[in-house]
Amino acid sequence: MHELSIAQALVEQVEAVIRTHHALRASLIRVRVGPLAGVVPELLAHAFPLAAAGSRMEHAELALVKAPVRVLCERCGAESEAAMNRLLCAECGDWHTRIVSGDELLLESVELETAASPSPAS
Amino acid sequence: MCDTCGCNLTPGNRHLAYKPVARGATAVSVLKGLLAKNDDQAGHNRAHFDRRGILALNLMSSPGSGKTALLEATLTALKGEFTCAVIEGDLETENDAERIRAKGVQAHQIVTGTACHLDAHLVHDALHEMKLDGVDILFIENVGNLVCPASFDLGQHLNVTLLSVTEGDDKPAKYPVMFRAADALLLTKTDLLPVLDDFDLDRAEAHLRNLANPAPVLHLSARKDAGMGPWLDWIRVQLAQQLARVAAGQSRRPAIQPDGARYHHTEA
Ligand SMILES: Nc1nc2c(ncn2[C@@H]2O[C@H](COP(=O)(O)OP(=O)(O)OP(=O)(O)O)[C@@H](O)[C@H]2O)c(=O)[nH]1
Ligand SMILES: [Zn+2]
Ligand SMILES: [Zn+2]
Ligand SMILES: [Zn+2]
Ligand SMILES: [Zn+2]
Repeated sequence: MHELSIAQALVEQVEAVIRTHHALRASLIRVRVGPLAGVVPELLAHAFPLAAAGSRMEHAELALVKAPVRVLCERCGAESEAAMNRLLCAECGDWHTRIVSGDELLLESVELETAASPSPAS
Repeated sequence: MCDTCGCNLTPGNRHLAYKPVARGATAVSVLKGLLAKNDDQAGHNRAHFDRRGILALNLMSSPGSGKTALLEATLTALKGEFTCAVIEGDLETENDAERIRAKGVQAHQIVTGTACHLDAHLVHDALHEMKLDGVDILFIENVGNLVCPASFDLGQHLNVTLLSVTEGDDKPAKYPVMFRAADALLLTKTDLLPVLDDFDLDRAEAHLRNLANPAPVLHLSARKDAGMGPWLDWIRVQLAQQLARVAAGQSRRPAIQPDGARYHHTEA
């Protein structure tokens, strides 16, 4: 699967955040994953330590936040929760819907340790 | 704007921003697609195509569902009408590219090794090895895999997903990400339908509609040269639309982008 390349992209992005903020390292990385993102969270969690080895986030915790699938109906305008293989409107049952949430793969936030702030008990 | 680091926050994504944390640590909020780099490269690839008026089609399916066979039959049928070129993605061998070259068509093989999908960088490297002048249609045969290829924009304009009748008509329900990405669904190897009692063409289409996908569903057999007409017509229409877009200075991204977050609604 491609989770290793995604983990590598994640490490690069967090590296850029660390640089921009002149931080020492990252301690917590939150990533929001929708079920429609084509990413298996468990595989990403396994791939992350491999990609992060030797970097300034090798001891960081990776928190994967699962997002719900929601669709907006083009026929009746309702927004409702849906199953990933049944993106129908819960109100009227129509299939002319648009996904408004559930296919995201986002670096949500990074918690940094800076030189000025001694890291707490680690 | 976020006061912590100045990165972009909108009313829609504000609730995702990380709250100030305990002393000793600095919180930074970033909202950025992890695949941003791939998307940048894909945009660059698409510019290569658009500049030359090329239509780029990405073929995706499970291994062995008939992508190369379909290409062979398609290239034979389009010979003399259009100039085609093919990028082949494969884990190990040059076999597929050789089958295409035997048709007298330019083919470049990307051997991905362990990667189970093509990405925009691999395709870009391939493009610079190819002669694109005069090419009308570029087919990209992705690595046989029903999961990963749908997540990577290569710079193509449209996705074509193949489902062979031997795989079962419930594949769109089992692999929604892949089938949601389809701009056209081809049900292939239909010559085998008489010996299969459990594949229902209509049921396969119903599973696609359950994914809110309006893509046309075409039935064909590359081996028996059946049902190829509608597929070839679809290609002709897509090429005409591509040329019209290029003339108008426009482009088209395929359906795959995991961009739902842009419309994100605030939840409690
Ligand atoms: N009966 C029948 N067999 C077909 C048809 N199309 C392809 N096949 C057979 O299915 C097998 C796989 O076909 P390929 O075209 O190599 O499939 P592919 O999707 O390119 O395979 P990979 O590149 O390995 O993922 C071969 O044995 C083909 O002869 C068809 O229309 N009818
Ligand atoms: Zn992959
Ligand atoms: Zn509705
Ligand atoms: Zn093939
Ligand atoms: Zn280039």
